[in-house]
Amino acid sequence: MKFFQRYAKNYGALIGLGILIVVAIVALAAPLLFPVSPWQSVGDPLLAPSEDPAFPLGTDMLGRDIAAGLAYGARVSLLIGLISTAVAVVIGVSIGALAGYYGGRIDDVLMRFTEFFQTIPAFAMAIVLVAIFNPSITSITLAIAIVSWPPVARLVRGEFLSLRSREFVQAAVVIGQSGPRIMFTQILPNVISPIIVTASLMVATAILTESSLSFLGLGDRNMMSWGFMIGAARTMLREAWWMSVFPGVAILLTVLAINLIGEGLNDAMNPHLRGRKD
Amino acid sequence: MFQLTRRGALAAGLMLAATAGATAQETPVKGGILNMIAQPEPPMLMVGLNTQGPTLYVGGQIYQSLLTYGKDLQPLPSLAKSWAVSPDGLTYTFTLQDNVKWHDGKPFSADDVVFTADKFLRESHPRWRLIAATYVESITAPSPNQVVFKLKKPFSAFLYAFELSSFPVIPKHLYDGTDYRTNPANQTPIGTGPFKLKEWKRGSYIHLVRNEDYWKPGKPYLDELYFRIIPDAASRAVAFEKGTVDVLRGGDVEGFEVRRLVKLKDVESTTSGWEVYGPLVFMQLNQRKMPFSDKNVRKALMHAIDRDFIVKNIFFGLGKAATGPFASTTLYYTPEVTAYPFDMAKAKKLLADAGINPGDYSVKLMPLPYGAAWDRMAEYIKQQISQLGFKIDIQGVDAGGWSQKTSDFDFDMTFNFTYQYGEPALGVARHYLSSNVVKGTPYGNNQNYLNPKVDALLAEGASAVSKDVATKAYAEAQKILVDDVALNWLYEMQNVTINRQKVKNLVNTGIGLNQYMDEVWISK
Repeated sequence: MKFFQRYAKNYGALIGLGILIVVAIVALAAPLLFPVSPWQSVGDPLLAPSEDPAFPLGTDMLGRDIAAGLAYGARVSLLIGLISTAVAVVIGVSIGALAGYYGGRIDDVLMRFTEFFQTIPAFAMAIVLVAIFNPSITSITLAIAIVSWPPVARLVRGEFLSLRSREFVQAAVVIGQSGPRIMFTQILPNVISPIIVTASLMVATAILTESSLSFLGLGDRNMMSWGFMIGAARTMLREAWWMSVFPGVAILLTVLAINLIGEGLNDAMNPHLRGRKD
Repeated sequence: MFQLTRRGALAAGLMLAATAGATAQETPVKGGILNMIAQPEPPMLMVGLNTQGPTLYVGGQIYQSLLTYGKDLQPLPSLAKSWAVSPDGLTYTFTLQDNVKWHDGKPFSADDVVFTADKFLRESHPRWRLIAATYVESITAPSPNQVVFKLKKPFSAFLYAFELSSFPVIPKHLYDGTDYRTNPANQTPIGTGPFKLKEWKRGSYIHLVRNEDYWKPGKPYLDELYFRIIPDAASRAVAFEKGTVDVLRGGDVEGFEVRRLVKLKDVESTTSGWEVYGPLVFMQLNQRKMPFSDKNVRKALMHAIDRDFIVKNIFFGLGKAATGPFASTTLYYTPEVTAYPFDMAKAKKLLADAGINPGDYSVKLMPLPYGAAWDRMAEYIKQQISQLGFKIDIQGVDAGGWSQKTSDFDFDMTFNFTYQYGEPALGVARHYLSSNVVKGTPYGNNQNYLNPKVDALLAEGASAVSKDVATKAYAEAQKILVDDVALNWLYEMQNVTINRQKVKNLVNTGIGLNQYMDEVWISK
């Protein structure tokens, strides 16, 4: 209860949560709101917003409903954001925990491996991965996960390094708990808050990365996504602003909302900041 | 022995009359610099070794062919001033222009033409090699200004094989006995055309200057040509708006920019000048397996796709819906074939009557990776076909991947477009002859359309001596091809040439801007 009270004190975080809930509801309800596929031409091409009451956000050059595109795009954005972050967190936590807990040569090997990924620009590598494995929702999710785990690994390693010499860990060693058990039951619960904060921001980055890939034409060609909508609309910017503006606003709001939530979580979970707002 | 037809002389007279008519109000003035764009930068200017668009555009000012062709596809004199065909269709005699000199001062003669036809192009030009091997028996020069081609069997399209991209005349004194591809002369092209290469600053511009010894007295009017190299599409549009360049060729700027630029002040535009090429866009369905081996499915797809919608909303109105295998500008075109109007109900009925359950088939659609408009077309067509019930996946590939998969017959459904070269035997028959089901090129009968009757009709058209026979054979072939839906024809591409109004006489022939610009002038 205390946690929610602390979180609710941050109005920005509340607004962010509100926006994200709306986006999530729209994403879940997309097939109910728009039973026809977002790829289907449903009206005249290039209808301006509210020119036809049936299409409040207008239609694109093929007569596809922009609003339907936004709703189905929300599914893709959230799906890729969540899954790729989950995968990245699993990889990052495993590598960081092993490196931080065992130290020594294992640490050296794992950190050099991590640095290898950190030295390559993340977006360039995502492009290469998607291009190699042919653009599909799976390859995009994996590519984003592969380029975004290193910061998690470094964060977790740092926390493990500092926690493993604490008394409660030593006590666990003395009573004979195994290494993995200590890592998962003793140390990890103490690292959860920074991981959650980092992960929430990674979701935002993942959504942006997916949009950028789709904008460049490297998205899944069978899934409607916001980045794709902007990429396709780019050439018509002078004639039909609504085709690129609405998906742009959708990306902006969603990413902003997630960042606000991340900020709020950070405030609520970080014991050092407790009382900052009092 | 020879019954000389006076076609050549007559055509020459017509062209003179046309030129006179066009310039009656205004007298051409000499001088001036014309700025254009070479996009992308050509790898070389040697038209005999490379026939990509920009090479022809720039190289066409330097090299010349025996004939050129009007917008109505009538052969017109170029390096040949007249020609005659024997009544049996087996002997073609070309009489060459007088006083023609190469850019290095050496005289041009019939020996150069014989060398070009018999040695150079036979070795290095895929289309000429095929024609020469199949039809040509001998090429001789009975006098310094006459060349005679003797054929093994009649070939009605032969007179159309002398266009710039098929038959640029090459200087014998520079190429005979050398390795053509590594000959240093490729870097310093020597032709007979109205302009000579002065400087090529890679990545920046190609600069041509007036050929003072040009064989048409008093021509060309222009002093200099610049072909600017501007890699970014938006910058090319800006360059035209700012007046840095005076001419935009089809494809220099994107379709949505064309719509804007043609409305500018002092700007004129035309879609003519592509009659010889007649690019036709089609959907290729692999007929080796179900569902596309069933012609009812191909028919249903014809009805399910609104071709006017594609032209109007995806390709910015730059084209017109195709009616069949021949572009409407190609010789022997007939509109009298079965029409496939947009009609979803009819498409569904066709499938139902044929007992086909579309849900049983999952199909891959491989779009042509040529940019945004082609992607939109793939999305539109996917949507239309999935309304029939087919499961369909878009499989994105890059240009190399497309070429390889299409060449290896590794596709269900793809897009393609090809030039027709004015004559069905040159640019159309290749997609339908069963003898042309060969791997290694994306531009053959890759869909595996097999019909002995069509093979026979196309052969009959190609070998016809009289125009009536050819017309009849080709009309019959078009009927059958359309009834069989040998390909799913979509639309005829239109390329827009945009220029400042001060540039006069720019597009005069059916090869448009590839035509040497000795008649072009700039008003002051």
